[in-house]
Amino acid sequence: MSYSITVNGAVHEVDVDGDTPLLWVIRDTLGLTGTKFGCGIAECGACTVHVDGEAMQSCQIAVEDAVGMNITTIEGLLGDQRFQALQEAWIAEQAPQCGYCQSGMLMAAATLLANNPTPSDDDIADAMINICRCGTYNRVHAAIRRAAAA
Amino acid sequence: MDFTISRRALLQGSGAAAAGLIVGFNLGGPAAAGDGRLNTWVVVAPDGTVRILIGYSEMGQGIVTSLPQVIADEMEADFDRVEVLFAPAGVEFANPVFNMQGTGGSTTTRGSFEQMRKAGAMARDLLEQAAAARWFRPPALVRAKNGRLHDQVTGATLDFGEVALAASRFTPRPDYPLKTPSEWRYIGRAMDRLDIPAKVSGKAVFGIDVKVPNMLVATLAHCPSFGGTLKSVDPAPAMAVRGVRHVVPLDDAVVVVADGYWPAKKGLEALSPEWDLGAFADGSSAAVLAEFREALDEDGATASAEGDVEGALGAAAKTVEAIYEAPYLAHATMEPMNATAWVTEDRATVWTPTQGQGPLTMFGAQALGLDPSRITVHTTFLGGGFGRRFELDFSLKAMLTSRAVGAPVKLIWSREEDMRRDYYRPGAVARMTMGLDGDGMPTGFSAKLVCSSIMSRVFPQMVRDGIDNSSVEGISELPYALPARRIDYVMRNTDIPVGFWRSVGNSQNGWFAEAFIDEAATAAGKDAYAFRMALLQNAPRHARVLKTAAEAAGWGKADDGRHQGIALVESFGSIVAEVVELSVTDDKEIVLHKITVAADSGQVVDPRNFEAQLQSAIVYGLTAAFYGEIRVENGGVVEGNFDSYRMMKLEQMPAIVTRLIPDGTSAMGGAGEIATPPITPVLTNALFAATGERIRDLPLIRHGYDLGRARA
Repeated sequence: MSYSITVNGAVHEVDVDGDTPLLWVIRDTLGLTGTKFGCGIAECGACTVHVDGEAMQSCQIAVEDAVGMNITTIEGLLGDQRFQALQEAWIAEQAPQCGYCQSGMLMAAATLLANNPTPSDDDIADAMINICRCGTYNRVHAAIRRAAAA
Repeated sequence: MDFTISRRALLQGSGAAAAGLIVGFNLGGPAAAGDGRLNTWVVVAPDGTVRILIGYSEMGQGIVTSLPQVIADEMEADFDRVEVLFAPAGVEFANPVFNMQGTGGSTTTRGSFEQMRKAGAMARDLLEQAAAARWFRPPALVRAKNGRLHDQVTGATLDFGEVALAASRFTPRPDYPLKTPSEWRYIGRAMDRLDIPAKVSGKAVFGIDVKVPNMLVATLAHCPSFGGTLKSVDPAPAMAVRGVRHVVPLDDAVVVVADGYWPAKKGLEALSPEWDLGAFADGSSAAVLAEFREALDEDGATASAEGDVEGALGAAAKTVEAIYEAPYLAHATMEPMNATAWVTEDRATVWTPTQGQGPLTMFGAQALGLDPSRITVHTTFLGGGFGRRFELDFSLKAMLTSRAVGAPVKLIWSREEDMRRDYYRPGAVARMTMGLDGDGMPTGFSAKLVCSSIMSRVFPQMVRDGIDNSSVEGISELPYALPARRIDYVMRNTDIPVGFWRSVGNSQNGWFAEAFIDEAATAAGKDAYAFRMALLQNAPRHARVLKTAAEAAGWGKADDGRHQGIALVESFGSIVAEVVELSVTDDKEIVLHKITVAADSGQVVDPRNFEAQLQSAIVYGLTAAFYGEIRVENGGVVEGNFDSYRMMKLEQMPAIVTRLIPDGTSAMGGAGEIATPPITPVLTNALFAATGERIRDLPLIRHGYDLGRARA
């Protein structure tokens, strides 16, 4: 079965089973590997993408349900001015370690700041539910604060 | 082929050829004179770019920056023009500590610091000689400075790139000098990590991101019990799934190979493999740990001893005794196990997030019946390692699968398979006894440890007289003045596989020792900090670290309702003390307010990255102390994903106050693991202060506690 999905502004016809998670269409079919596989059960946030501007875990969206959605991966945000400010804040705080969870962290932080440009500590804690095994949490927190202040 | 060439391009998404596509990089053989390669690690391009080859694995510990920092410093390179490349596996990249290529044991920076300094100094010497020849000067009159060479007579300058090719034809002078520490420009300073631009752009290539032309994607299921094997599998139900290409039986697993991960997973779920569950089919961690407890009454091998312990304990005014038990733990790296392999009749190439390039070359050759020279190992970024990726299973299984199907295969494990086929932090039991005199001071200390030996499987030659140091480290040598002591070890190897888990034996033994010292302090009626300080009179470095932590934390000055715990553990040549301040709600929710960590690691290459390692190790330890427990039932692991093997999150993290105590006179210690051991005892010690409850087995959720949102 073929599905027409919109990823990073481009329409793609993908010939996969309808139950294929968006995550694997993005990674295996479209070859965009910035979005990561961590758990497959929406516990870790490594696969976070933007669906119509909101952060969502792409391992839980079947491709047949993604038709008509406007999907953005981290690759689609590169060059965006606001996203670049977030990246610069991440660099200034030297947030990543192994880096595997960081795409998902950045995607979650981007929608947080888009919806709430001056988040409180509790707002940040509420929004940032991504798992990081390197424990970069405090620097991620600091990077969001820095980006919000910029 | 590099990931630093243009940070701007990376962040904007242009320059796709940059972007961490280091996989597959190969210099094409040994150094050839005249190619700008100055030694094993350093190549200078005609445009002046200094390319540094790293033979170690980057799993978050920052070595793709800290090692170049050392080389560039001695070389007088301009750090803005340094690029890093992952080297292909090769004997020239052996870890000097292991004598083979591999990353672990907190050895990278301290093990190769001098080697990297010499590599940089040697490269500088060659460049200076080449410039001297160009100017008809003795080399002593040429000075390298920040990427350029200066003629001391005329003031003329040349860029490194202008003499790079010529320099690679010179031979280093035998007496090329190293800088003195006061001349260092990058060593000891916070430098921006070179891998971060790629990691904030989704462009860093981890193992799971590898793409090879005509590559298939596979996933697997292991036998549900440890030690079991695959009897048979009917491939038909999987082959009926669209996109499935092959079903590959392995000794203890079945692999489904498909066009993508999802069809492979669906194919796997359609199969009904028949397993031979083996001798451990009814095995459980509960039975194993109960057996360990019984083994406490056996005589063990003595790991360390001093004085007459029995006499000292018998003559004590008071004795304290306790039994502690630590659970099995999984590594749960963020990136599940995976590797990509392409094996043909006479050659094997593997792209893998491995910590063990050296052993992989050797055992890969053995598994495939090829000469080691026919094996090529490309190291990708590692999405966490923590010791798990020192194992070879995920790489070897990809190689065997590729050989079976005759195509390049990326084999990705599900999170559940990753969790259930780990090499776990050993479950362990300890009984400790302390004698106290009339003044509450220790007269003697004895400990008996029971757990499985990691080295018996990995490096059996390192087990001597019944002692595996990785089973007893963290308690066999303590800095405290204990007039008599004996630490014994009973080795019990079971079917539950055990391996290196961040800080290894120190992770459980550091907890045992420091929680028990706290019990002894309580029995002696003494303050936990003062009790330790009184026992550190002959250990000034340790005393200084503990005092620094206590002062920075405001020991004894917590607000009402808040409670502190303190601990001190030396591991990997570094001394670390930590203090936690927490409170406990009526419904057993623990709120962390502040963590303080002080460390003496000798010379530190990059203080900011070092601090990040301390924080990271603390989160890793806290997560395990609160949630970590791998239970085995019916021969296999119960926990499968992050819903059952829980992880600490951002909201729970308090501020961490860090104090580095630079000690220029001591040997360099490790960085990546050293802050994990103290965090468990500070937590249980603070919990005792708060509740009067001594936690002697983990995790804390087993006792009804949970971790709430942090509050300053």
